[in-house]
Amino acid sequence: MSTPEGTTARVLASDIRSGARSARTVLEEHLEAIDAREGEINAFNLVLADEARAAADAVDARVAAGEDPGPLAGVPVALKDNMCTRGVPTTCSSRILEGWRPPYDATVVERLVAAGAVVVGKTNLDEFAMGSSTENSAFGVTRNPLDPTKVPGGSSGGSAAAVAAGFTPLALGSDTGGSIRQPAALCGVVGVKPTYGAVSRYGLVAFASSLDQIGPFSRTVADSALMLEVIGGHDRRDSTSIPEPAPDLSSVLDHGVEGLRIGVIEELSGDGLEGIADDVRARLHEAAAALEAAGATVATTSVPSTVYGLSAYYVVAPAEASSNLARYDGVRFGLRVDAPNAGDMNTATRTAGFGDEVKRRIMLGTYALSAGYYDAYYGKSQKVRTLILEDFARAYGEFDLLLSPTAPTTAFPIGEKTADPMTMYLNDVCTIPSNLAGHPSMSVPFGVGEDGMPVGVQVLAPASGEPTMFRAAKVLEAAAPDGHPAVGGTMVGSSAGVRHE
Amino acid sequence: MSDDATTEIVPGWETIIGLEVHAELATATKLFSDAPNRFGGEPNTYVDPVSLGLPGSLPVLNEQAVELAIRVGLSLHCRVQRSVFARKNYFYPDMPKDFQISQYDLPINEEGWMELADGRRVGIERAHLEEDTGKSTHVGGGGRIHEAGHSLVDYNRAGVPLIEIVGAPDLRSAEDARAYVSELRSILVAIGASDGKMEEGSMRVDCNVSVRPVGDAVLGTRCEIKNINSLRSLGRAIVYESRRQVDLITSGERVEQQTRHWNEDEGRTHKLRSKEEAYDYRYFPEPDLVPVDPSEEWIESVRAALPVLPRERRHRLAEAAGVDTATASLTVERGMDDLAVDAIGAGADPARVLVHVENNLADGAGALTATSFAALVAMEVGGDLTATQAKTVLATLVTDGGDPAAVATDLGFEAMDDGALESVVDDLIAAHPEDWVAFTSGDDKERKKKSGFFVGMVMKATNGQADGRAVNEILARRAEA
Repeated sequence: MSTPEGTTARVLASDIRSGARSARTVLEEHLEAIDAREGEINAFNLVLADEARAAADAVDARVAAGEDPGPLAGVPVALKDNMCTRGVPTTCSSRILEGWRPPYDATVVERLVAAGAVVVGKTNLDEFAMGSSTENSAFGVTRNPLDPTKVPGGSSGGSAAAVAAGFTPLALGSDTGGSIRQPAALCGVVGVKPTYGAVSRYGLVAFASSLDQIGPFSRTVADSALMLEVIGGHDRRDSTSIPEPAPDLSSVLDHGVEGLRIGVIEELSGDGLEGIADDVRARLHEAAAALEAAGATVATTSVPSTVYGLSAYYVVAPAEASSNLARYDGVRFGLRVDAPNAGDMNTATRTAGFGDEVKRRIMLGTYALSAGYYDAYYGKSQKVRTLILEDFARAYGEFDLLLSPTAPTTAFPIGEKTADPMTMYLNDVCTIPSNLAGHPSMSVPFGVGEDGMPVGVQVLAPASGEPTMFRAAKVLEAAAPDGHPAVGGTMVGSSAGVRHE
Repeated sequence: MSDDATTEIVPGWETIIGLEVHAELATATKLFSDAPNRFGGEPNTYVDPVSLGLPGSLPVLNEQAVELAIRVGLSLHCRVQRSVFARKNYFYPDMPKDFQISQYDLPINEEGWMELADGRRVGIERAHLEEDTGKSTHVGGGGRIHEAGHSLVDYNRAGVPLIEIVGAPDLRSAEDARAYVSELRSILVAIGASDGKMEEGSMRVDCNVSVRPVGDAVLGTRCEIKNINSLRSLGRAIVYESRRQVDLITSGERVEQQTRHWNEDEGRTHKLRSKEEAYDYRYFPEPDLVPVDPSEEWIESVRAALPVLPRERRHRLAEAAGVDTATASLTVERGMDDLAVDAIGAGADPARVLVHVENNLADGAGALTATSFAALVAMEVGGDLTATQAKTVLATLVTDGGDPAAVATDLGFEAMDDGALESVVDDLIAAHPEDWVAFTSGDDKERKKKSGFFVGMVMKATNGQADGRAVNEILARRAEA
């Protein structure tokens, strides 16, 4: 693996805590990187340079006073712009929330700041996290730093691009059907969707509540582990939060995969599934071979109901979204388009404030929950969820971890799929089953496709299986073919200059 | 429940009534957040991100609200069970999230009953938890949303915990409905679940009404009446709505299923929306909350801590006093059943005890103890005090306490012995021979009049210390002699 040591969050935090580097210097290097390429990439909706400088100086002051600012001391982080930040605009890349400043911080933001992290900005996303390319943003498309003619994936495309471009070593995304893992794969970085309930959703603007989960982006597996340790653990403000502390990942990272049983999901990787590109399939099989070489037992296995995941997802997620997005009615916050009465004002506001994809999903979800259709759509989809859980339970009786591609293809050209929502939706076919099951999974960069763009391999684990999942991810990272574009190319070096001590 | 013909609002027609009562639970904080649950206050001061439904906020269930809901369920003899919150989706400006978190197919309490003061039982279908909405004030246009110039919204009430108690359609008259609400209110107040103040809106009643010809087995089409703000309105609305529906049917029209609004000033209901215009609430399980599954131990500990409920108190007093529960209910309502039972236990005449509670203790029992109450009643029944004197002594006992015999002496209420009273009566008969003849030989009317005359004369002669009943007995004996 070829991520320059000096650019990782672990090394930055360690150097800042020891006084070897100042948080302010590290920040300025990252702000320079942003200045250099942000105009082209458009990863951020908002860069908080002044606030970040004040935060970095505060970290330095604490170090100077002999205090420990925490495990992420002075590490610049980017936040997907659907996480609430006190007094700082939080838009979800939607006109309807333009100008809204939340009066509170999301739990993950509180925890990052308490750990010494320095928030440098809010990143672009598909409006309300609905999309797979970050093209559905009211504030413009985000471009893939590895090839600016291509999409970064989505919906957390801004966060993935920020990390891939060396703007920040760490970023947070949210993943409802693949919105962290798919852009991580397309941008050649690590992206983790934790177990449902492992990370508090308090302050995450909801898309589909039973599927949403916050997770890290980083250039290395170890950095994602570090970030997850900081943001994870019980939060009483989220009723679905698992009442346990965050698992210790750092101490098991290097335990390897010797003796682990790993199953490659046939339905998501075999020749039968239309749309999985040959080069992606080839990297997956190389990854499986690498795990085997490291001592794991690898076999192909069937998780049959995963093929119904996409259909079930496109009922459950829009259904919950149709309800979650009802509150954007112009009464209390965000956009208001005046009209003679309250009902017309609601309609005018929502018509002007929401983009096409959001409207499409609100309509889908409203229909699916309607009297007379509930059982056929929402009810049936919940049954599919149960089936998927049962299939996974059977598979995890035989295997410790499962493996699949993260996305069917490498990054596709901007504009290629915007005209056909169904083609776009198919991007999430491999990632959706974990959301429906509430299980953790992560994307690890593993070589490139025929176009030279990165390929991601997805490691899936049962609920709370993060420690084992990270062990396999670490093995894959070490075994990944050299010359990985995101971490070995010029972007990080030229942007940050933080490699050179 | 009642097939008594006297309950018919329109002769020949039966009115079927089922009530849905919303009561605000007396918790310190809201159902899903730490914002205070308080009445009044400057608009939008008892709010936080959760009760305003701000993006990113999440509900966390208030355990105290669950405990109060369990108290309600147990008091209404419901099955307390595992329950699931659901979203009820509809747009309204005073509802912060544009959905209400309620319970739908799995409510916390199901299938119970409540006994009215007269002993009849009314079915309780369910009693579930849900959150209250804010309050809109429509400025201009007569206060109605569609004509208003603008509207103001206060979210202080948004998220306040409610228990919605759905009664079975077992009620048949306005009196039934009022008795049901009164009893429910007594229970809610007794168990500390709610303050039950209809005037502050902490208890609200929606009323389902249908009519059918007496003897018909098939239910008529019902209408739901909203905006009922007092027991008086409830009765009036039921009578109005019954007549309206009977008029429709008898004039050859049909009752349409509607939600109707009670207008207290006009004394009538008017249509809010028809069945076709009814909201499709698109209920689905609330994904931000986990199911509520109270343990047996918790339920039993709540049960053990419940106070004695009005029903049990009525039965206890009725048994002690040898009366029916309806007769006992006023004493229970006044909270004097302990006093009455203890006084009766100390030997007091039950009928006199209940009469005093009803007539002479409307403003409370004050310093009156069961022992002194019993002693007073004994003096009265034994003829040592007249009814009038007993009432006066009782008033002193309520304000100052003390021993009734000593109080009577202080007030100069010396009991006259029978011999002294007889000689006073005989003297008066001798002094008024014409009146005496009129008494002995007159008709009932004349006899009654003259008896009043003699009693009055005796009272005058004895400075009111004579017992009127004793005087009448002496007059009767002399007349027969």
